[in-house]
Amino acid sequence: VIAAIVVNSGDNVATALESIDAGQTVDAGAVRLTAVDAIPRGHKIALCDIAAGAAVVKYGSPIGTASSPIAAGTHVHTHNVASARGRGDLQAVRRSPDVNPQGM
Amino acid sequence: MTPGPAFLGYARADGKVGIRNHVLVVPTVICAAVVAERVAAAIAPVGAALPHLAGCGQIGPDLTVTHDTLAAYARHPNVGAVIVVALGCEQVVAQQIADAARQAGRPAHIVSIQAEGGTLRATARGIEIARELAASMDRIERSWCPASSLVLSVKCGGSDYTSGLASNPAVGRLADTLVDLGGAVVLGEIAEIMGAEHLLAARASTPAAGAQLLRVVSRVEAEAMALGVDIRGTQPSPGNIRGGLTTIEEKSLGATHKAGERARLEDVVGYAAPITKRGLTVMDTPGLDVESVTGMVGGGAQIVVFTTGLGTPTGNPIAPVIKVTGNARTAQTMADNIDVDVSGILTAGEPFDAAGRRLFGEVLEVASGRPTAAERLGHREFAIHRRNPTI
Repeated sequence: VIAAIVVNSGDNVATALESIDAGQTVDAGAVRLTAVDAIPRGHKIALCDIAAGAAVVKYGSPIGTASSPIAAGTHVHTHNVASARGRGDLQAVRRSPDVNPQGM
Repeated sequence: MTPGPAFLGYARADGKVGIRNHVLVVPTVICAAVVAERVAAAIAPVGAALPHLAGCGQIGPDLTVTHDTLAAYARHPNVGAVIVVALGCEQVVAQQIADAARQAGRPAHIVSIQAEGGTLRATARGIEIARELAASMDRIERSWCPASSLVLSVKCGGSDYTSGLASNPAVGRLADTLVDLGGAVVLGEIAEIMGAEHLLAARASTPAAGAQLLRVVSRVEAEAMALGVDIRGTQPSPGNIRGGLTTIEEKSLGATHKAGERARLEDVVGYAAPITKRGLTVMDTPGLDVESVTGMVGGGAQIVVFTTGLGTPTGNPIAPVIKVTGNARTAQTMADNIDVDVSGILTAGEPFDAAGRRLFGEVLEVASGRPTAAERLGHREFAIHRRNPTI
């Protein structure tokens, strides 16, 4: 059993203190769950199912939104979490005249 | 001896308290940097140069920031005497830097490379003055000073998952302790408050301070977004991401723990501007470590406590930088750079309060003269923040 830290009782992710293999049991305080995929040391594991577009919560505050559905026990990182801050890339897309050309 | 926690510092004529007694060698412009470094090296380690890239070709705010930062170092309490090395034709005015030091009660001299007649003569003249000043520094003695006279800069760099879970909360306990005693704490790196500003603003002692914090964070976010790219990649950095940090919000929420859990936000100040309030001040600095520390020390911080998960070596020319890690591997692999290991918080159940007490003891020891790892290794990084093009 590998330990993962839950900082705040409102969090829906925990931080792995050691590397976790897929299928291993993870002890995250009040929750015990099975890792769906490998989770590197220091990375996060979902404590419950998180719907696409829902807030990912750590330290009791949102750290971003799920960019795809995240099942409990899944590795949570840049591949499935989008930041809501400093997104100049999205602003540039919105402003670009080429994004919605006429007739499309 | 004063009642309460104290350290052996230098009580200055202007009422400030220093914890080092450097002879500062300030080049007014990049063209004078090599001479300044040679002069300072002749009286190492008491000599400290401030090599920088600016001092000419600047207009408007950048010229002001360069001048004000150099002047702030010239009157800094960790500095006992000043030599200004000028070229002779630059924008930054040597006389004004020297006057800043004299107004704070420190001896100050100017050596001009053009007036002395070249590199060799200017270097020789500078070293001659430096040796006299270094001898006079030896005659200034330390005396007991209260912990409340400290201005502590809190900083993190090379962050990983252990930063927000261990070292930053431990430094936060230190920050709360110092503020309880009447001391001051300064937090920089506005980009690394993004996503946690609501928590700091809620601790503001006045509505104006909270509103100013939110304004500054919005401005920095708008500046980053105006470049049309995702801030992810620099915030968090590639190393941060490998270390487990997913978004700037996550990094910020971990980073702001350094500023304590209850210390009230008293003030928000500009880059290298004087820190005048006790309690917590936020300074408008970029996230680049050396520019950030340079600004906070310029604001008057005598000491820096710097957490790092991945490990980073940087110091400052005049202020000791204490490196703290919550990562047990980094404590071993970068042992020569690390001063305090708080990885026991994650591996052995060390309470945050106990780690905070250890850090407070370390701060008093270093303030009393014990060199940090960065000082022993000669890490003296210095970089003035620039916002405008060189003209």
